[in-house]
Amino acid sequence: MPQDRSKAKLDREFSDLYRAHLRDVYSYAYYRVGNHHDAEDLTEQTFLQAYRHFERAQRESDGRPLRPWLIKIAHNLAANFYRDRARRPVTVLEDAAIVSAPHTTESLVEGREELQQVLAGVAKLPDDRREALIMRFALDMDNREIARALGRTDGATKVLLHRAIKQLEQVMATAEETR
Amino acid sequence: MSGETVEFEALLRRALAPIDPPEALVERLEHTLTSLTEAAAEELESWELASMRDPRNWVRPAAAVVVGSVAGSALVLVRVRQRQKRRRLASGSLLDTAERALADVVQEARRLLDDGPGR
Repeated sequence: MPQDRSKAKLDREFSDLYRAHLRDVYSYAYYRVGNHHDAEDLTEQTFLQAYRHFERAQRESDGRPLRPWLIKIAHNLAANFYRDRARRPVTVLEDAAIVSAPHTTESLVEGREELQQVLAGVAKLPDDRREALIMRFALDMDNREIARALGRTDGATKVLLHRAIKQLEQVMATAEETR
Repeated sequence: MSGETVEFEALLRRALAPIDPPEALVERLEHTLTSLTEAAAEELESWELASMRDPRNWVRPAAAVVVGSVAGSALVLVRVRQRQKRRRLASGSLLDTAERALADVVQEARRLLDDGPGR
Protein backbone atom coordinates (compact mmCIF):
# COMPACT_ATOMS: atom_id res chain seq x y z
CA MET A 1 0.00 0.00 0.00
CA PRO A 2 1.33 3.50 -0.76
CA GLN A 3 0.83 4.71 2.84
CA ASP A 4 2.82 1.77 4.21
CA ARG A 5 5.60 2.46 1.79
CA SER A 6 5.74 6.12 2.77
CA LYS A 7 5.79 5.17 6.46
CA ALA A 8 8.62 2.75 5.87
CA LYS A 9 10.46 5.41 3.89
CA LEU A 10 9.93 7.97 6.64
CA ASP A 11 11.28 5.62 9.30
CA ARG A 12 14.23 4.70 7.15
CA GLU A 13 15.01 8.37 6.69
CA PHE A 14 14.71 9.01 10.40
CA SER A 15 17.09 6.12 11.04
CA ASP A 16 19.53 7.69 8.60
CA LEU A 17 19.22 11.06 10.30
CA TYR A 18 19.70 9.47 13.71
CA ARG A 19 22.79 7.57 12.69
CA ALA A 20 24.32 10.45 10.77
CA HIS A 21 23.91 12.97 13.57
CA LEU A 22 23.92 11.13 16.87
CA ARG A 23 27.53 12.15 17.40
CA ASP A 24 26.75 15.78 16.50
CA VAL A 25 23.86 15.97 18.93
CA TYR A 26 25.86 14.30 21.69
CA SER A 27 28.87 16.56 21.14
CA TYR A 28 26.67 19.64 21.15
CA ALA A 29 24.88 18.47 24.29
CA TYR A 30 28.11 17.62 26.06
CA TYR A 31 29.79 20.94 25.40
CA ARG A 32 26.59 22.75 26.23
CA VAL A 33 25.89 21.12 29.61
CA GLY A 34 29.42 20.11 30.59
CA ASN A 35 28.92 16.55 31.80
CA HIS A 36 28.11 13.18 30.30
CA HIS A 37 25.10 12.41 32.46
CA ASP A 38 23.08 15.46 31.43
CA ALA A 39 24.40 15.25 27.87
CA GLU A 40 22.92 11.76 27.59
CA ASP A 41 19.53 12.97 28.81
CA LEU A 42 19.59 15.92 26.46
CA THR A 43 20.55 13.74 23.49
CA GLU A 44 17.78 11.28 24.24
CA GLN A 45 15.16 14.01 24.57
CA THR A 46 16.35 15.64 21.36
CA PHE A 47 15.85 12.50 19.30
CA LEU A 48 12.47 11.77 20.88
CA GLN A 49 11.26 15.26 20.00
CA ALA A 50 12.79 14.99 16.54
CA TYR A 51 11.00 11.70 16.01
CA ARG A 52 7.65 13.23 16.92
CA HIS A 53 8.02 16.10 14.50
CA PHE A 54 10.10 14.48 11.80
CA GLU A 55 7.43 14.25 9.16
CA ARG A 56 6.55 17.93 9.38
CA ALA A 57 10.18 19.00 9.51
CA GLN A 58 10.90 16.99 6.41
CA ARG A 59 7.94 18.49 4.62
CA GLU A 60 8.95 22.02 5.54
CA SER A 61 12.68 21.61 4.98
CA ASP A 62 12.22 21.74 1.23
CA GLY A 63 15.11 19.34 0.71
CA ARG A 64 17.56 21.25 2.90
CA PRO A 65 19.66 19.26 5.42
CA LEU A 66 17.95 18.64 8.74
CA ARG A 67 20.99 18.93 10.97
CA PRO A 68 20.30 22.59 11.90
CA TRP A 69 16.73 21.62 12.84
CA LEU A 70 18.04 18.80 15.03
CA ILE A 71 20.56 21.05 16.74
CA LYS A 72 17.89 23.69 17.22
CA ILE A 73 15.82 21.15 19.14
CA ALA A 74 18.83 20.39 21.34
CA HIS A 75 19.44 24.12 21.75
CA ASN A 76 15.84 24.75 22.91
CA LEU A 77 15.90 21.78 25.25
CA ALA A 78 19.20 22.93 26.74
CA ALA A 79 17.70 26.38 27.33
CA ASN A 80 14.75 24.77 29.15
CA PHE A 81 17.16 22.59 31.06
CA TYR A 82 18.92 25.64 32.50
CA ARG A 83 15.70 27.51 33.11
CA ASP A 84 14.17 24.57 34.99
CA ARG A 85 17.21 23.78 37.05
CA ALA A 86 18.52 27.35 37.31
CA ARG A 87 22.10 26.40 36.58
CA ARG A 88 24.84 27.09 34.11
CA PRO A 89 27.25 24.61 32.54
CA VAL A 90 30.15 23.56 34.69
CA THR A 91 33.38 25.27 33.74
CA VAL A 92 35.62 22.24 33.73
CA LEU A 93 34.44 19.58 31.34
CA GLU A 94 34.92 16.00 32.42
CA ASP A 95 37.25 14.59 29.79
CA ALA A 96 36.32 16.10 26.50
CA ALA A 97 39.57 17.03 24.84
CA ILE A 98 41.57 13.94 24.13
CA VAL A 99 44.86 14.58 22.45
CA SER A 100 45.18 11.73 20.03
CA ALA A 101 48.59 12.41 18.49
CA PRO A 102 51.64 10.85 20.17
CA HIS A 103 53.23 13.20 22.70
CA THR A 104 55.80 13.12 25.44
CA THR A 105 54.29 13.12 28.91
CA GLU A 106 55.32 16.75 29.43
CA SER A 107 53.90 18.06 26.16
CA LEU A 108 50.76 15.98 26.70
CA VAL A 109 50.17 17.65 30.06
CA GLU A 110 50.88 21.08 28.57
CA GLY A 111 48.61 20.37 25.62
CA ARG A 112 45.80 19.22 27.86
CA GLU A 113 46.20 22.26 30.07
CA GLU A 114 45.97 24.55 27.09
CA LEU A 115 42.84 22.81 25.85
CA GLN A 116 41.31 22.99 29.32
CA GLN A 117 42.00 26.73 29.33
CA VAL A 118 40.22 27.08 26.01
CA LEU A 119 37.22 25.16 27.33
CA ALA A 120 37.18 27.23 30.51
CA GLY A 121 37.23 30.36 28.33
CA VAL A 122 34.41 29.07 26.13
CA ALA A 123 32.30 28.42 29.24
CA LYS A 124 32.67 32.09 30.26
CA LEU A 125 31.21 33.42 27.01
CA PRO A 126 27.59 34.55 26.68
CA ASP A 127 25.28 31.70 25.64
CA ASP A 128 24.84 32.68 22.00
CA ARG A 129 28.58 33.08 21.40
CA ARG A 130 29.39 29.83 23.17
CA GLU A 131 26.80 28.00 21.11
CA ALA A 132 28.06 29.42 17.86
CA LEU A 133 31.58 28.24 18.68
CA ILE A 134 30.39 24.77 19.61
CA MET A 135 28.47 24.48 16.34
CA ARG A 136 31.36 25.72 14.27
CA PHE A 137 34.25 23.87 15.87
CA ALA A 138 32.74 20.75 17.45
CA LEU A 139 30.14 20.07 14.75
CA ASP A 140 31.90 21.72 11.81
CA MET A 141 28.71 23.55 10.78
CA ASP A 142 28.99 26.35 8.23
CA ASN A 143 27.56 29.84 8.73
CA ARG A 144 24.31 29.03 6.99
CA GLU A 145 23.67 25.93 9.12
CA ILE A 146 24.48 27.81 12.33
CA ALA A 147 22.21 30.66 11.25
CA ARG A 148 19.33 28.24 10.75
CA ALA A 149 19.94 26.53 14.09
CA LEU A 150 20.06 29.83 15.96
CA GLY A 151 17.31 31.52 13.95
CA ARG A 152 19.57 34.35 12.72
CA THR A 153 20.63 35.69 9.37
CA ASP A 154 23.85 34.48 7.74
CA GLY A 155 25.38 37.94 8.20
CA ALA A 156 24.47 38.15 11.87
CA THR A 157 25.92 34.69 12.40
CA LYS A 158 29.20 35.66 10.78
CA VAL A 159 29.46 38.66 13.10
CA LEU A 160 28.49 36.51 16.10
CA LEU A 161 31.26 34.01 15.36
CA HIS A 162 33.83 36.73 14.80
CA ARG A 163 32.97 38.40 18.11
CA ALA A 164 32.93 35.08 19.93
CA ILE A 165 36.46 34.28 18.79
CA LYS A 166 37.71 37.77 19.65
CA GLN A 167 36.14 37.67 23.09
CA LEU A 168 37.57 34.22 23.75
CA GLU A 169 41.04 35.43 22.80
CA GLN A 170 40.65 38.30 25.26
CA VAL A 171 39.35 36.04 28.01
CA MET A 172 42.32 33.73 27.55
CA ALA A 173 44.81 36.59 27.42
CA THR A 174 43.40 37.99 30.66
CA ALA A 175 43.54 34.57 32.29
CA GLU A 176 47.15 34.21 31.16
CA GLU A 177 48.10 37.58 32.66
CA THR A 178 46.60 36.72 36.03
CA ARG A 179 48.40 33.37 36.23
CA MET B 1 42.88 35.60 7.89
CA SER B 2 46.06 36.08 9.93
CA GLY B 3 48.32 33.22 10.94
CA GLU B 4 47.47 33.80 14.59
CA THR B 5 43.75 33.52 13.90
CA VAL B 6 44.27 30.30 11.98
CA GLU B 7 46.34 28.93 14.83
CA PHE B 8 43.75 29.95 17.41
CA GLU B 9 40.98 28.35 15.39
CA ALA B 10 42.99 25.15 15.14
CA LEU B 11 43.37 25.20 18.91
CA LEU B 12 39.63 25.69 19.29
CA ARG B 13 38.99 22.79 16.97
CA ARG B 14 41.20 20.56 19.09
CA ALA B 15 39.61 21.72 22.34
CA LEU B 16 36.09 21.18 21.00
CA ALA B 17 36.79 17.80 19.41
CA PRO B 18 33.62 15.80 18.60
CA ILE B 19 32.69 13.26 21.26
CA ASP B 20 31.39 9.77 20.60
CA PRO B 21 28.25 8.96 22.57
CA PRO B 22 28.64 6.19 25.16
CA GLU B 23 27.55 2.76 23.95
CA ALA B 24 25.04 2.54 26.80
CA LEU B 25 23.29 5.64 25.48
CA VAL B 26 23.18 4.24 21.95
CA GLU B 27 21.61 1.01 23.22
CA ARG B 28 19.10 2.86 25.38
CA LEU B 29 18.12 5.31 22.67
CA GLU B 30 17.62 2.64 20.04
CA HIS B 31 15.58 0.59 22.46
CA THR B 32 13.43 3.63 23.32
CA LEU B 33 12.83 4.52 19.68
CA THR B 34 11.89 0.97 18.81
CA SER B 35 9.53 0.70 21.80
CA LEU B 36 7.96 3.99 20.85
CA THR B 37 7.10 2.82 17.36
CA GLU B 38 5.64 -0.41 18.68
CA ALA B 39 3.58 1.39 21.33
CA ALA B 40 2.28 3.85 18.75
CA ALA B 41 1.30 1.02 16.43
CA GLU B 42 -0.55 -0.76 19.25
CA GLU B 43 -2.28 2.44 20.29
CA LEU B 44 -3.41 3.03 16.75
CA GLU B 45 -4.71 -0.51 16.49
CA SER B 46 -6.72 -0.26 19.74
CA TRP B 47 -8.10 3.13 18.70
CA GLU B 48 -9.32 1.61 15.44
CA LEU B 49 -11.22 -1.12 17.30
CA ALA B 50 -12.70 1.40 19.75
CA SER B 51 -13.72 3.79 17.02
CA MET B 52 -15.66 1.07 15.27
CA ARG B 53 -17.58 0.34 18.47
CA ASP B 54 -18.04 3.88 19.80
CA PRO B 55 -18.97 6.69 17.39
CA ARG B 56 -17.85 9.31 19.93
CA ASN B 57 -14.29 8.32 19.14
CA TRP B 58 -14.72 9.15 15.51
CA VAL B 59 -13.54 12.68 16.17
CA ARG B 60 -10.04 11.35 16.81
CA PRO B 61 -9.06 10.07 13.39
CA ALA B 62 -6.94 13.07 12.42
CA ALA B 63 -4.75 12.80 15.52
CA ALA B 64 -4.44 9.05 15.21
CA VAL B 65 -3.49 9.20 11.59
CA VAL B 66 -0.72 11.65 12.46
CA VAL B 67 0.57 9.35 15.19
CA GLY B 68 0.27 6.40 12.87
CA SER B 69 2.02 7.95 9.95
CA VAL B 70 4.94 9.24 11.99
CA ALA B 71 5.35 6.63 14.65
CA GLY B 72 3.25 3.69 13.57
CA SER B 73 5.81 1.65 11.76
CA ALA B 74 9.07 0.23 12.97
CA LEU B 75 12.46 1.80 12.54
CA VAL B 76 13.63 -1.03 10.38
CA LEU B 77 17.33 -0.42 10.53
CA VAL B 78 17.42 0.29 14.23
CA ARG B 79 15.43 -2.82 15.01
CA VAL B 80 17.48 -5.01 12.69
CA ARG B 81 20.62 -3.67 14.31
CA GLN B 82 19.33 -4.61 17.76
CA ARG B 83 18.64 -8.14 16.61
CA GLN B 84 22.10 -8.37 15.08
CA LYS B 85 23.66 -7.32 18.36
CA ARG B 86 21.75 -9.99 20.25
CA ARG B 87 22.79 -12.56 17.67
CA ARG B 88 26.44 -11.53 17.77
CA LEU B 89 26.40 -12.27 21.45
CA ALA B 90 24.73 -15.62 20.87
CA SER B 91 26.64 -16.77 17.81
CA GLY B 92 30.31 -16.76 17.01
CA SER B 93 29.93 -17.39 13.27
CA LEU B 94 30.28 -14.28 11.12
CA LEU B 95 28.71 -15.91 8.06
CA ASP B 96 25.78 -17.11 10.11
CA THR B 97 25.26 -13.59 11.49
CA ALA B 98 25.39 -12.06 7.99
CA GLU B 99 22.84 -14.52 6.63
CA ARG B 100 20.49 -13.85 9.51
CA ALA B 101 20.92 -10.08 9.13
CA LEU B 102 19.85 -10.28 5.50
CA ALA B 103 16.87 -12.40 6.47
CA ASP B 104 15.98 -9.79 9.13
CA VAL B 105 15.90 -6.98 6.60
CA VAL B 106 13.63 -8.99 4.30
CA GLN B 107 11.39 -10.04 7.19
CA GLU B 108 11.16 -6.49 8.57
CA ALA B 109 10.32 -5.00 5.20
CA ARG B 110 7.68 -7.66 4.62
CA ARG B 111 6.21 -7.02 8.07
CA LEU B 112 5.91 -3.31 7.37
CA LEU B 113 4.11 -3.94 4.11
CA ASP B 114 1.76 -6.39 5.82
CA ASP B 115 1.02 -4.29 8.96
CA GLY B 116 -1.01 -1.46 7.49
CA PRO B 117 -3.12 0.71 9.85
CA GLY B 118 -6.22 -0.65 8.23
CA ARG B 119 -5.46 -4.19 9.31
